[in-house]
Amino acid sequence: MTVETLPTRAAEDWRYADVEALKALWPIAAPELVTVPAGGSFSRTILQTGGGVTRLSLVLESKATAVVHILNAGGPYARVEVDVLLHEGADFTLGGAQLAGEGETVEIVTTVTHAQPNATSRQLVRSVAAARGVASYLGKVKVERGADGTDGEQSVRAMLLDRTATANARPELEIYADSVKCAHGCAVGELDANGLFYLASRGVPPAQAKALMLSAFVAEAFDGAEEGDNLQAHAQALLEKALLEGKA
Amino acid sequence: MLTITDLHASVADKPILKGLSLTINPGEIHAIMGPNGAGKSTLGYTLGGRPGYEVTGGSATLDGADLLELEPHERAAAGLFLGFQYPVEIPGVSFVQFLRESANAQRKSRGEEPLSGAEFLKLAREKAALLKMDMEMLKRPVNVGFSGGEKKRAEMVQMGILDPKLAILDETDSGLDIDALRICGEGINAIMRKPEKSVLLITHYQRLLDYVKPDFVHVLAGGRIVKSGGPELALTLEERGYEAVEGAGA
Repeated sequence: MTVETLPTRAAEDWRYADVEALKALWPIAAPELVTVPAGGSFSRTILQTGGGVTRLSLVLESKATAVVHILNAGGPYARVEVDVLLHEGADFTLGGAQLAGEGETVEIVTTVTHAQPNATSRQLVRSVAAARGVASYLGKVKVERGADGTDGEQSVRAMLLDRTATANARPELEIYADSVKCAHGCAVGELDANGLFYLASRGVPPAQAKALMLSAFVAEAFDGAEEGDNLQAHAQALLEKALLEGKA
Repeated sequence: MLTITDLHASVADKPILKGLSLTINPGEIHAIMGPNGAGKSTLGYTLGGRPGYEVTGGSATLDGADLLELEPHERAAAGLFLGFQYPVEIPGVSFVQFLRESANAQRKSRGEEPLSGAEFLKLAREKAALLKMDMEMLKRPVNVGFSGGEKKRAEMVQMGILDPKLAILDETDSGLDIDALRICGEGINAIMRKPEKSVLLITHYQRLLDYVKPDFVHVLAGGRIVKSGGPELALTLEERGYEAVEGAGA
């Protein structure tokens, strides 16, 4: 997707964006284009912890595979866009975690197009939002005519640390083929109060107890990541910082 | 050790504890028995500081410190351990990670040096062996996929590692088969039967008391202790039921 003029929130893909903050980042770079040749593989870790906009556009030729892991955080606005076109039998996996600290807006926006048959795709996104923070995931899966045997899956969960925190999850399926499997699940919640009391009863102070539980929550997004430990360490540090500063 | 005086507590504005008084001295093991709804679990949660359990009157001190003024994690650091009737599952967090953070948070608040990874694992291995629990289980997420008996044994392993002054054990015997009951009972004795430590056992049944012999037995009914006695009181309760004994005590 090319964005030439500053978008407004009327544009579907920018409806939860912080347009004021985006102005300061404008103009944003065009997406990085990567073509993964037939049978090839690609992996990328996007570690964006100081805000900004990162855009990646992938074309997977037949039977190519790609894995993208994301840690997205930092204010006032942090956005990661990943656009993927899948040819026959290609496989795409995305694991993303994001943290909206106090008053920050973070979002991950994916568009996965199954252009040919038998391609598979999975997106797993875990979001955490502190006071007045907004964490959004917009995930579109398009299955084009004739792309039979498509297997797509989205798992989206968000954790709110305060009553003023917001999480948006917008899965969107456009299916023009028969014999397609597309599953998506979405849940927004708060940390389990019983779990927090259990940890406290063993002596763990509240901020540390929350960091422990949230760190386990986002860890799922880094399953199988080459830089999993590094991502997890960054996530843990960001969570502890947000919890101690925000008294969330 | 523990002094509770005229304690009143409510849950969702409903009074549950209505003037409960109890003193436990170092080296003593007390058992509180009572019918369903008497307030037994409320007593444990109130002393542990669970949100939603509101103290409306009275006091509770642990070695002179006002327990009710402390946050739950501070009560733990002061030496209180609460054994849960239903231990909580925490997906994604391993026992080893959780217990090391717990132990070191307590040590920090007491001004002690943290345990190194190796020191902690040695301690954990020792206490797991005491409860006949495979160390591999402690590498799994907290209580996730554990049977009822495994959860209770894991509670006792935690108690061993955290080494509290006072343990309040809420129905540790529920959900245990005969072997697990014996192992937990022996674990409680090994960890807590010491001159400087105390235990408050909350239970419905005599059977745990066959392994952990109490020095005192109390009957809790209607939010107050209505009768106290020696270990023989538990046997009388088992034979005659709560109603007869409460009636006699009132």
